[in-house]
Amino acid sequence: MNEKPEKLIDKKGYRLDGRKIDELRPVKIEVGVLSNADGSAYIEQGKNKILAAVFGPREMHPKHLSLPDRMVLRCRYHMAPFSVQERKSPAPSRREVELSKVIRESLEPSLFVDLYPRTGIDVFVEVLQADGGTRCASITAASLAIADAGIPMRDLVVACAAGKVDDTVVLDLMDTEDKAGVADVPVAFMPNLNAVTLLQMDGILTPEEFENAVNMAIEGCKKIYDLQKEALKTKYMNVKEEVEE
Amino acid sequence: MSSLVTRVRQKQIGQLIDAGKRLDGRGLGDYREIKLEQGLIERAEGSARVLLGKTEVLVGVKIETGEPFPDIPNEGVLTVNAELVPLASAAFEPGPPDENSIELARIVDRGIRESKALDTGKLCIEPGKNVFIVFVDVYVLNHDGNLIDASALAAVAALLNTKMPNYEIEDGEVKIKTGYTPLPMKSHPITVTLGKINDKLIVDPWLEEEQIMDARISMAINDEGNICAVQKGGAGYFTLQQIVEATKIVQEKAAELRKKLEW
Repeated sequence: MNEKPEKLIDKKGYRLDGRKIDELRPVKIEVGVLSNADGSAYIEQGKNKILAAVFGPREMHPKHLSLPDRMVLRCRYHMAPFSVQERKSPAPSRREVELSKVIRESLEPSLFVDLYPRTGIDVFVEVLQADGGTRCASITAASLAIADAGIPMRDLVVACAAGKVDDTVVLDLMDTEDKAGVADVPVAFMPNLNAVTLLQMDGILTPEEFENAVNMAIEGCKKIYDLQKEALKTKYMNVKEEVEE
Repeated sequence: MSSLVTRVRQKQIGQLIDAGKRLDGRGLGDYREIKLEQGLIERAEGSARVLLGKTEVLVGVKIETGEPFPDIPNEGVLTVNAELVPLASAAFEPGPPDENSIELARIVDRGIRESKALDTGKLCIEPGKNVFIVFVDVYVLNHDGNLIDASALAAVAALLNTKMPNYEIEDGEVKIKTGYTPLPMKSHPITVTLGKINDKLIVDPWLEEEQIMDARISMAINDEGNICAVQKGGAGYFTLQQIVEATKIVQEKAAELRKKLEW
């Protein structure tokens, strides 16, 4: 592991990678990147590279897991063995099991589950390279993949973290800041409904700092939300042009 | 998860909550009766049992020596595991831990780890070679809702009850001596869980409330009243206003619990 740097924020208020306190890392999003999936999306956020794919609504396997009055959302968050510094065993870790659960619970409020009784939707997230904040980028991509699969949604779910580094609350922590920082607050948000669908925290924050961090994360979410919509438009405007030709 | 609560019951619980009341007679901000007992498993280095209403959780702490993590060679190791024992509920099945027990263990773990409750720096025997490994095993014996708060409380109580073996190093070998010293504890995190039903926040949801609630939010509060871990759960959501409100309720309840408990 790298040595912990002395200071994560310099005197002028710039971070290790030259970002300002409330600045996001560069985000690149693409929708419809996989041909076999019903919906898919790819996101790069800083050095994070994450693929999300959606299958369904389709018949559940095993069948007994299906519910008579609603669809079942399943989610698997998985990190590639080569996505981190030291090789990660491909078997799901406890962290991945927990993240799969919280990611599923962050996406579920956006869906009309009772529209598709007896069916299942599978969301698969593969982290190809990790750089801090993978759960948030995964949610952002997974939500787009669901939209790409043509499944009706209340809103896109977008996620972003804020945290405390040195003595300052900052937006969108990268790996070094996450590991050496004081606290990390990942938030998932549906902007049109003002709904927070994922909220976690580790580290130590005063209640004021916590509120501050949640607010900052939500502002970050709103910025990424615009990029999400842009990515959807890019794909479907192209489709529209092709059809019109 | 499918709900086992009938529609009539759901409606009744919802209507009562709208009126600021609950089925078991509690107010929205009340805990069930809490009973705490420490040191009941003699074979374990530490143990505690918490009764939260009918919810019952037993935590045992075992200490072994072993290798530290290579990136923190000077620190002891804390591991938390949770077992949803099949005798605790018809919904629990034997087998490897499922996502619910993993999430429970990780919430309890984060509360202790992030508040730096256990001073792992003092658990080092020989840097890089030998350290104390503290195993916290959460055993759910009866499930009647809010396993998170009961487990977190029992885990901290068990750690406070834990005695670390005395040792000396002879010719590079660790020799266990007679006598024990308490574990080095720096903080006493308290985890408070709120459920959301009909857009109202309720403290300490019990089983039926848990089965119909939209979402839950758990926060761990350290001795200074700061927040050291948060977890939202459930397939619903919270508004920003509700999160701010939850922060205030949790602070209040944690302080109240802290006063009530004689560690």
